[in-house]
Amino acid sequence: MRETESARAGRGASAASVSRPGSRYGPGGPTRPARRGGRRLATWLWGLAGIVAIALIWEVYKLLGPADGVVIGDARVLPRTTDLAMPHVWDMIARLGEPVTRSASAQPLWLVIVLAALSTLGIAAVGWLVGLVVGVGLALVMQRWRIAEWGLLPWIVLSQTVPLIAFAPVVKSWGSRVEIGAFEWQDWMSVALIASYLAFFPIAIGALKGLQSPDVIHEELMRSYAAGYWQTLVKLRFPAAVPYLLPALRLGAANAVVGAVVAEVSTGLQGGIGRILIQFAGQASGDPAKAWGPIFGAVVLGLVAAGSVALLGVILGNYRRTEEAS
Amino acid sequence: MSEPVTQVAAVEVRGVDKVFETRSGNVQALEPIDLTVAAGEFVSLIGPSGCGKSTLMRLVADLDEPTAGTVEVFGKTSRRARLDQEYGIAFQQAGLLPWRTVAGNVALPLELHGEASAARASRIAELLDMVGLADFADRYPDQLSGGMQQRVAIARALAERPRLLLMDEPFGALDEMTREKMQTELVRISAETGAAVVFVTHSIPEAVFLSDRVVVMSPRPGRIREIVAMRLGAEAERAERTEELREERVFFDMVTAVREALHGGSPIGTGARGVETR
Ligand SMILES: Nc1ncnc2c1ncn2[C@@H]1O[C@H](COP(=O)(O)OP(=O)(O)OP(=O)(O)O)[C@@H](O)[C@H]1O
Ligand SMILES: [Mg+2]
Repeated sequence: MRETESARAGRGASAASVSRPGSRYGPGGPTRPARRGGRRLATWLWGLAGIVAIALIWEVYKLLGPADGVVIGDARVLPRTTDLAMPHVWDMIARLGEPVTRSASAQPLWLVIVLAALSTLGIAAVGWLVGLVVGVGLALVMQRWRIAEWGLLPWIVLSQTVPLIAFAPVVKSWGSRVEIGAFEWQDWMSVALIASYLAFFPIAIGALKGLQSPDVIHEELMRSYAAGYWQTLVKLRFPAAVPYLLPALRLGAANAVVGAVVAEVSTGLQGGIGRILIQFAGQASGDPAKAWGPIFGAVVLGLVAAGSVALLGVILGNYRRTEEAS
Repeated sequence: MSEPVTQVAAVEVRGVDKVFETRSGNVQALEPIDLTVAAGEFVSLIGPSGCGKSTLMRLVADLDEPTAGTVEVFGKTSRRARLDQEYGIAFQQAGLLPWRTVAGNVALPLELHGEASAARASRIAELLDMVGLADFADRYPDQLSGGMQQRVAIARALAERPRLLLMDEPFGALDEMTREKMQTELVRISAETGAAVVFVTHSIPEAVFLSDRVVVMSPRPGRIREIVAMRLGAEAERAERTEELREERVFFDMVTAVREALHGGSPIGTGARGVETR
């Protein structure tokens, strides 16, 4: 495709003898948006096909598998196919529409799950934000001072080997002693703290890598502009870090949700999805399909959390460009 | 330079040498070098790979510090000159920020130095027009050819009307055709802006075509072997260096003179000596 040459027409004779090299894309522009739209549709279709396939495998195994499951030696490698262990897919879905309990005023199961999931999502989001601030803060310190990187990085890695979830009750009891003026530590804060503890790690590592990613040529360019630390940070380092930060933030979001659910379970916090997960599992002998509701809820919750971050990636799309045409 | 010194030199390099300390020992990149570039003058540095051309340019730009000697830019220390934005610089790679449009890349230095956005917009339009990219203001670097990227980089270097342009093999990655076009444009631009230019290149014809003087350097450790004055530049206006010049006899004489300085290292004085062109 050749570009329009009109812009040159008005210029002087020496300029007119110069013509521009051809561009890969003429003014008509690349066909990128259409292609991207098609790919997104395909992604959704594959996702849907995956869910259908899982439901099919479930039902086929339930139909054909032995009632007592598949046992090798002492270990059961495939579950029992009874209605108690494996309710029908349609039963599980139908159960979502029915009331939670037999009492007349009870809300439908799906609503209870959604409300619980939203509560957990809120806590996880707080944890994620704290993880973001702490993670990026640590990355900034480590990027600025080499010594800080040597000193801090091993500890950050080590921090993830501590099974904080096991200490969740301890965190809760420490928290209950915190009281500063009018501020009083709430139980949900312990859960958010644990979520942030799991979320900050990938964010810190990703942000550090991203902040260190600018090419020498770009750093020297900023130096030639006499740009200071903050200007370089805002105009160069943060934009360059975006491609590293996005997957880190998504991982952080998934970690925050897992952390929040598990912390709810182990601190026994009311109102979240972790709590009803335990509660309904206890009722599984009488109402097997009900126990699966919160599990679906937790899965959807994780997807929503990761999806929100993916939305961020769409907004920041231009920061994922590379200098060379790909 | 015989007239009374009313203008300070654009670049004044005095007794500069540079030793890099590496793990495997010291590398003497430059031996004491003296060089003066007058305001508005176009000077090329040419020499074999590794002779310290880039190093010399980086010292002028204050991206590195000399081991000994002084570098002055418009009468200031090179550091002061960098802080005062006395020069614009372009490297061998365009070095555009991939997440910024063409206009955004050219705007970068203006933004950093707090230029008002209205003044910025008109300056950007002017610059893109100058490098012939007015239609491409909203494109991203990955949508441009290498030559176009390089022109954006040159527009960016010119953004703040520097009195000195430092260019390190800016056309090194371009094909011969594009390269010649870019050279003609650079001649036009430098005539329009009246900026002094220090230009690193590997190409003898390029150096001859562009320069008032060609500085020929010798390798390891780098020092100036000879400074060849281009008679083309003495009286003629730079803007007259049009395509026709490339085919004139005087052009080939100059090429020969530079080539001999580069290869032979003959101690004879500067300028062409009426050698046969072959
Ligand atoms: N940062 C550095 N550390 C150590 N040695 C260096 C460094 N930079 C340059 N040198 C050495 O200094 C010498 C001159 O390098 P320089 O890059 O200035 O050469 P050049 O003339 O620009 O070469 P080319 O034409 O290939 O670009 C080389 O021997 C190189 O190995
Ligand atoms: Mg070089």
